[in-house]
Amino acid sequence: MIGFCTLFKKEILRFWKVLLQTVAAPILTAFLYLLIFSHVLEAHVQVYANVGYTAFLMPGLVMMSLMQNAFANTSSSLIQSKITGNIVFVLLPPLSYTEFFLAYILAALLRGLLIGAGVLAVGLLFTDLEIRHPLWVWIFACLSGGVFACVGMMAGIWADKFDHLAGIQNFAIMPLTFLSGVFYSIHSLPVFWQQVSHLNPVFYMIDGFRYGFFGVSDISPWQGLGVVVPTALVCAAWSLWMLRSGYKLRH
Amino acid sequence: MTPAICVRGLEKAFSHVQALRGVDLEVGQGEFFALLGPNGAGKTTLISILAGLARSTAGSAEVMGFDVVRHYREARRNLGVVPQELVFDPFFTVRETLVFQAGYFGLRRDDAWIDELLSRLGLVDKADTNMRRLSGGMKRRVLVAQALVHRPPVIVLDEPTAGVDVELRQSLWAFIRQLNTQGHTVLLTTHYLEEAETLCQRVAMLKEGRIVALDSTANLLTGGKDLESVFLHIMQEGRA
Repeated sequence: MIGFCTLFKKEILRFWKVLLQTVAAPILTAFLYLLIFSHVLEAHVQVYANVGYTAFLMPGLVMMSLMQNAFANTSSSLIQSKITGNIVFVLLPPLSYTEFFLAYILAALLRGLLIGAGVLAVGLLFTDLEIRHPLWVWIFACLSGGVFACVGMMAGIWADKFDHLAGIQNFAIMPLTFLSGVFYSIHSLPVFWQQVSHLNPVFYMIDGFRYGFFGVSDISPWQGLGVVVPTALVCAAWSLWMLRSGYKLRH
Repeated sequence: MTPAICVRGLEKAFSHVQALRGVDLEVGQGEFFALLGPNGAGKTTLISILAGLARSTAGSAEVMGFDVVRHYREARRNLGVVPQELVFDPFFTVRETLVFQAGYFGLRRDDAWIDELLSRLGLVDKADTNMRRLSGGMKRRVLVAQALVHRPPVIVLDEPTAGVDVELRQSLWAFIRQLNTQGHTVLLTTHYLEEAETLCQRVAMLKEGRIVALDSTANLLTGGKDLESVFLHIMQEGRA
């Protein structure tokens, strides 16, 4: 247990020591999104009845920031350690692969939640927001952050150089999050693109999270949970398998 | 008595290279043992398997009687490794690095022991300095401290003095020799053969993944030869 707690603490300190880059910068980015989109679209777009566009946008931005940073935390920590060689410091001790997994994932989730809370706090400067179903908010935030932390772990282990990681970030993570309904309801899309959106697991994460705020969403949160839980289980199992087999870590 | 290190029929194949070809080796508790060989002979691969950083293709390896795969927790608790590369975590200070390393091994914070390590390795005034700001020699000292922070009975030093100045080399060996006198087993790989000659009671020589010589230092040096000429002679055997 001490081994796990130490690694967890170290992973938290790792991002805490560069707070400006790892926490403040993503919150500022979300603030800029809000500033621009609320100014341009507030008076022109209404997605749900009685919900202004800025309020609609908020949960999506919170989730986008949370997920992208959960991914960034595990992936950057692992690739940096691999490339600089200091990964040996956590491979030499008697840490089990589950301790290793939990320490990295929970620290990434914590960073994601911290940033999500920061974005939410900043967003409240722009609009009032009521959380109707806090439990759904917590469930989707934690599951989605966990999924992206796992994806970050897999990417960090698989990548041999920063370019590989940038490829995953720019060609998979960014499109999946941007095309998941962060900025719009999928009902505003043509039927074909609505169907394509249903293939994107991130859509269910954002939509379920948004339901927690407004009590309305594009699909039922239960249906969303039916996609997000298996996604989380597959990602966790895959990450654990990579750690257990020593893939690209223990040669 | 259980050997500190016991390796049986150890083989390791990488995609195009057979790094180890059936290595058998036993190092007794309390020995100061040298593992010598040219670059690519398999020394670091053998150490990596003992440390759990690599997995063998065949054979077995034990540290203090614990199999490095089946009983990896016990095996790793008994082993301290100073890696060959000068690696460090740029986010932390020297003290933080040592506190974390002890924690990974399941140990509660023990400032007295960390202070002693810092003092013995001449790092007291660098304790709160970020690792990035240390010279190469200082970083090497921290690596030694990290390997010892969980008080392992078996210490593996993989070319610890490569690129290190004379003063540090001397103080490092004085410290390691003292640890050996206190009962720690030391396995050393080095290209400075005079160090092995002076420090080690027994020597094994690896060549292309096989042990080609294994004897006490005294026996290897019979006839007034030095270890370097013995080493060169053994390595050149079978060539031409």
